[in-house]
Amino acid sequence: MTLTFKDETFRDDFTYSNSPSTIRRFPFPFIEDKYRYSVNIEPHTPGPKGSVYEYAFDIDEHYVSEMRDRAMVLDADPGRCQALAHMMPAQWDMLELIMTSLARDYPDLFTLERDGAHWHWINRPLGIDQKFTFGEVNTLPYEPMEYIGRQTQGDFSLQDQRDNQLWMDAGIITSQADWSLDFDVGMNFFEWHGPVPLAHEAGVFERALKFLLNLQIGSPVRRLNWTMTINPRLDTSPENYHKWGKDRTTITPENVGKKLHLRVELQGLFRLPRSNAIMFSIRGYLMSLEQIVTVPKWGRRLPRVLATLPPELVDYKALGRYRATAIDWLSKYDDGAPTSPGGGPD
Amino acid sequence: MSGSLLRRVRVAEVERVANRIKRFRFVDIDNAPLSVFSGGSHISVVMHSGDRLMRNPYSLMSSPIDTSSYQISVLHCGDDSRGGSKFMHENVAVGTELEISEPLNLFPPVKLAKRHVFVAGGIGITPFMSMMNELDGLHADFEMHYGVRSLDEGAYCKYLQSRYGSRINIYRQDMGQVIPLESILGDQRLGTHMYVCGPKPMIDWALQTAELLGWPAENVHSEQFSAPPLGNPFVVKLAKSGREIPVKGHQSILEAVEEHGVDAPFLCRGGACGQCETGVIACDGYIQHNDHFLTEPERVGGKKIMICMSRIQTGSITLDL
Amino acid sequence: MTISTNKSRPIYPGLSPDLNARSNLIVCDKAGAAAVSELLARADATFAKRTTVFVADTLSDGDMTTLATDIAPAAIEFLPTLSAAIARLREILDAAPMGVRLYAAGTEPLIGSVVQAGADYSIDHLSIKTEHRGSLMRRVQCVHCKGFTENVTTNPVTCSHCGLTLMVRDHYSRRLAAFQGVCIDAEVPGDVPETEAIYQ
Repeated sequence: MTLTFKDETFRDDFTYSNSPSTIRRFPFPFIEDKYRYSVNIEPHTPGPKGSVYEYAFDIDEHYVSEMRDRAMVLDADPGRCQALAHMMPAQWDMLELIMTSLARDYPDLFTLERDGAHWHWINRPLGIDQKFTFGEVNTLPYEPMEYIGRQTQGDFSLQDQRDNQLWMDAGIITSQADWSLDFDVGMNFFEWHGPVPLAHEAGVFERALKFLLNLQIGSPVRRLNWTMTINPRLDTSPENYHKWGKDRTTITPENVGKKLHLRVELQGLFRLPRSNAIMFSIRGYLMSLEQIVTVPKWGRRLPRVLATLPPELVDYKALGRYRATAIDWLSKYDDGAPTSPGGGPD
Repeated sequence: MSGSLLRRVRVAEVERVANRIKRFRFVDIDNAPLSVFSGGSHISVVMHSGDRLMRNPYSLMSSPIDTSSYQISVLHCGDDSRGGSKFMHENVAVGTELEISEPLNLFPPVKLAKRHVFVAGGIGITPFMSMMNELDGLHADFEMHYGVRSLDEGAYCKYLQSRYGSRINIYRQDMGQVIPLESILGDQRLGTHMYVCGPKPMIDWALQTAELLGWPAENVHSEQFSAPPLGNPFVVKLAKSGREIPVKGHQSILEAVEEHGVDAPFLCRGGACGQCETGVIACDGYIQHNDHFLTEPERVGGKKIMICMSRIQTGSITLDL
Repeated sequence: MTISTNKSRPIYPGLSPDLNARSNLIVCDKAGAAAVSELLARADATFAKRTTVFVADTLSDGDMTTLATDIAPAAIEFLPTLSAAIARLREILDAAPMGVRLYAAGTEPLIGSVVQAGADYSIDHLSIKTEHRGSLMRRVQCVHCKGFTENVTTNPVTCSHCGLTLMVRDHYSRRLAAFQGVCIDAEVPGDVPETEAIYQ
């Protein structure tokens, strides 16, 4: 597969957009015509060729530009990447997992040669050629999580497993949907999910935790999460909310198709072998309504789903200011015809 | 949904390391690298004995970063056991092919601890061997107190002493030596964690000693998984299919339903992880809870059972399966 | 009232004596001192003899004497501020063996500071006995500038470092011993709800 990397921005002039082939592989998260909460976890096994599920870690045409945006975020706010001291073995686990996966799945782009602890990593798209000693921090320009995190699309957090809980004790988070790593680092599974409405009462998090505590080496799982963003802005952090928050009031019937984006996170959960930690990957995909409706099934389904969202969810995902405008604009793409089950395009 | 990926391995080495203890070394059947693992992990070994399928968990004692082979030690439990250890001792030799699960860790050293105190009895030494290997590599502070019946019955004493030096303390029952746990625990720095693995009475004694010395429960850990105990035969009724399945005296409920083609969820098969928790719809009499997972109220409530370990005395039990 | 739908918001179960602890270290403020007196009244002299109470507050001479008498034979130390009490606690924990038990009674910032200090000595937060007494005032971290604003009694509150108007959330970090404050008028600057004194 040959990838042409785009040169685009996720801030200021927002030149980001998806090529037609990228549009069709977008992980549209709604599998039926109304909103219904589900845990929706499935094994993270190799998916259909060309899909976002094909490989453990998905690299697409936005790779180079996304990594540039990440570097800018980290320069301005180093607190977006933190690791408590006891997480170093987990950091090395993460580096190993990602490097071996990328080298295996994208041999044109990445190469990994290993001679015992002497590793040689080549990242062609970013022009990186690095020899280092696995396990020795001072042989890399950054700690392992940051080092490989700066070269992989998506945010990552590392959870230590102890006392029948998972503790978010490290992470590199620059493209989050409005939560703060700096605030949440050190929290357990129930605590960092504290602000999420509804799910606690239904026992959703208790069951999810029990499942994750038993997650095994070699058997990762994945699920989709979604929200909406104004402009293809990656850094929608609470830290910068006072800068991007007003975007939410700038949606009009004329610009909603272009400006409002569906933001889908493909989340992966991997058991890390030497640290027994769990790595949580959050791979974000952004698509404007305008581009979404080029797939007729999605144009029909999206307004139907938006119209059936429970109020607590509208609140929590902060869709209130523009939901009606979005549904109005989308309704011209909904001719009332039935849609096929599942999220993929027809 | 069944528990885990299985890997085919071949036995590369068998050694009698003590009177009733054999060490086994496994390599991948295709000599592929095995997963690295975290100290304290165990694997399940699948054993086919005639028409019986057994899966027993055994702690990994080898170096966690050695991907060339895994090593376990098995204590021969004698004729009144279910036969898993008997099978390993009598039917497994160099060249035997087996299936094992990926490593699973229910007993890791606490990464936030300032210091670790290990208390082991007999075969309970095994999880600590991979733990000490890992902690030694991290230059962590630990000490081991290992009780054996005699040097003939206790495995790896010389090995441990030569590798870890004065951090290892051995207590020989045949010489009247006992682990002076009170004085050991009475003099530890703040932030120390204690871990115990061995026969149940030893675990109970160690946990109680720590509690009476004012150690908080959060700093005390034990590995308590064991083989399902034997009992009387009884019948399991499956509510969803209406089937009735006999459970023999030496079988766990899980094994009995698997033998009859039911794919029930499980993971550790030792009563510790919670994966096999099943709803009880009806039951003749009391459930003998042999697991380490359910809370006291849950046991008394009688609505849940861990089918890998627990049984009933007689009659039948109807499960939400 | 310390109840919230947010699961990160801590709950303080109340003080109870650990009769097996070799040494009990209790940190409290004036309001929390009442909980400490009640605790010692419930426990026996053996427990009291193993207990030291650190009062992080300025009390009148009369009040100090009364308290000391109330909790005898437990030992007592008076410190003028919370930070002085935490520094003293750390001094003791530096040399303490296993068998020590920590207790905290008073405002949330006091409790949070004790739990924070304990964490540095690998004392699990679940091992620490806590009881909320007195003011509901909070310590708030501004998610934007990372500055802490102390003794917050209102919602919203002005960040004492960067001046943004912050909504005080119930989302709480044990590591920072603070609640999260987020700019309340990011979307429509100036659109700020009435200030309510809800954490008095």
